[in-house]
Amino acid sequence: MSEELFAQMRQAVIDGDPAAAAALAEQALASGVPPLDAIDNGFVPGLTYVGEQFGAGELFLPDMMLAARAMQKAVAVLEPEMQRQATERHVLGRVVLGTVKGDIHEIGKNLVGMMLATSGFEVHDLGVDVAPERFVEAAREHSADVVGVSALLTTTMAGQRTVIEQLEAAGLRPKCRVIVGGAPASSTWATEIGADGYSEDAIGAVALVRQLVGA
Amino acid sequence: MRPRFELLEPALIDRVVDEALALLATPGVKVEEPEAIRVLTGAGATADGSRVRIPEPMVHRALDTVPRAFDLYTRSGRPSVRYGSGAVHFDPGSSGVAYLDPATLEARQSMAADLARITRVADALPAYDAVSTAIVCHDVPTEIGDLYRLLVCLANSDKPVVTGAFTPRGSGVMVDLLALDAGGRQALADRPRAVFDVCPSPPLTWSEFACRNIMDLGRAGVPAEMVSMPLAGVAAPVTLIGSIVQHAAECLAGIVLHQLAAPGAPIVWGGAPAIVDMRTGATPMGAIETAMIDGAYTAVGHRLGLPTHAYMGATDSKVVDAQAGLETGMTALVGALAGVDLISGPGMLDFLLAQSAEKLVVDAEAIGMAQRLLRGIGTPTETLATASFEAAGPEGRFLELPETRRLFKSEQFLPSPILDRQSRRAWLDAGGQDAFGRARGRVEELLASRPLPSVDAEVATGMVARVREAGAPFGLGKALPGVPAGFGGS
Repeated sequence: MSEELFAQMRQAVIDGDPAAAAALAEQALASGVPPLDAIDNGFVPGLTYVGEQFGAGELFLPDMMLAARAMQKAVAVLEPEMQRQATERHVLGRVVLGTVKGDIHEIGKNLVGMMLATSGFEVHDLGVDVAPERFVEAAREHSADVVGVSALLTTTMAGQRTVIEQLEAAGLRPKCRVIVGGAPASSTWATEIGADGYSEDAIGAVALVRQLVGA
Repeated sequence: MRPRFELLEPALIDRVVDEALALLATPGVKVEEPEAIRVLTGAGATADGSRVRIPEPMVHRALDTVPRAFDLYTRSGRPSVRYGSGAVHFDPGSSGVAYLDPATLEARQSMAADLARITRVADALPAYDAVSTAIVCHDVPTEIGDLYRLLVCLANSDKPVVTGAFTPRGSGVMVDLLALDAGGRQALADRPRAVFDVCPSPPLTWSEFACRNIMDLGRAGVPAEMVSMPLAGVAAPVTLIGSIVQHAAECLAGIVLHQLAAPGAPIVWGGAPAIVDMRTGATPMGAIETAMIDGAYTAVGHRLGLPTHAYMGATDSKVVDAQAGLETGMTALVGALAGVDLISGPGMLDFLLAQSAEKLVVDAEAIGMAQRLLRGIGTPTETLATASFEAAGPEGRFLELPETRRLFKSEQFLPSPILDRQSRRAWLDAGGQDAFGRARGRVEELLASRPLPSVDAEVATGMVARVREAGAPFGLGKALPGVPAGFGGS
């Protein structure tokens, strides 16, 4: 019985159907399926499949985005029960993301956030035009394993260095790793400012974060 | 007859404008600058925080005062870019962060000397009607990056400059430099030498700096060029037509603000939109759909009677290869046929991240071909062919006819040796190089043969002094990279 429900959950995520995903989550609760089982055996396999197909060039960004939305909906339904049972979803790591101060570009950062979240990371996206102090605050608050700093402009990329300096001053380094991204960034730049990694695209960013946290 | 092509029927253009006007009313535009909000609400817009709703009559009033045409002038006062004249012009794409090293094919951080190189090559090639602040100079303090680039362009070329400011301070100094070059503020307003790109942020947002910038430029009488960049499917509707509507809404909002700040000031309906590649999230500038959005919004601009601009003639390839050639050529041709007044993009690789002097040289041939196409098929002889046959006699001695010698140069575009039309034997004898190899040689030839512009010594000294003054607090050293030795006493 659960097996069939899990298959439907997987399919709802693959279809990117938030309404169906939420309904299946309700059904799981009603029939006493433990929420963590629903997530790990039902919804996550759907995401994994979408991720694999995306990597293979068979599925596309909108498929990823809608799958992530469906997943979010399902988790939102299951969360109260998880809290009641005092169970927690296993996360691969905690990531704080944001675009540096003075820069309002977010498309690349959002893609990275979405792909990390769907890969099983807990992502705290601080948005755009984020002051270095906010990065530090959030890294501390969420015990971040990784802080991702995005910049699209050559005029704002220096802010990536500032974030690293302030994390250091706050004593959060080197435990908290820093990765940088954005059009003007490069591996050379990452090395120059003492970042732990750089990726040119969102897929690479996931691999990088996995490697940094040993997941 | 000039060949044209139509991407949108007139009725569809009307729908685009109608929906753009509807968007300006609901949800309105996000305006992130207090004075801009005051200017807009003072004229009839309503604001809820930074969300500003602009009613249709405000847009019509603004469109009534926008100049339909204006020119950018060379240093000697010759109109070179004639916005709104029907002619299509080209300039190198702007603000790359890397320069393609022709020897190693490495895209390294761009420096001021690279900008000087690009500028002098564009100055030497007749295909380019303007130069541009084509790259960011990493060897110059960031705080004066914008104004320093303008100095490099003014010191290395007589042509108009397509540029842009990074900060209000930069914009102020840049206008000072241009006024020095023109012989005063009034002379600059009468015969502008530069146009400044101003970028709204997709979707439907005018940032604090963009608002400040567009109002300041208008008030200084310096032409502004809006570079709206809907990214179809991510920061704009996925449909090409939806992105065209968004472009129109962003630009109409800009025009309203600009004309309220400075009625009658020149402004251009421009952009750098792109589709989004759904496999990677990349925004390909060489995609045909990107060019289609450009061509279509240009048609909307024409319909509104506005000067137009677009980012075309660029490639996403990392080197100057077959992909670079086909994407550049195809998009430049679409732009030319669409009648874009000024096309920026040549020289650009890798999603506008890298510039290449060699590509600029190759692209000049694509531009030559596109311009030839625009001249169309003429009828320079009284009969189309019969008189020629009569004159050539039964043996068909066309090559000996005076009309052949007289007309072949206007009938044909004569490419440079970049386009190989030799026999295989002659090509092998000349080294058997591909177009990129030939371009490397041609860049060196152009740099060696092109004289530096002659700039009045006092003017040059004034410009250098202004840049030194602006740069001193940020650590601008004694050396002025990219500025020719001796310029302004440097």
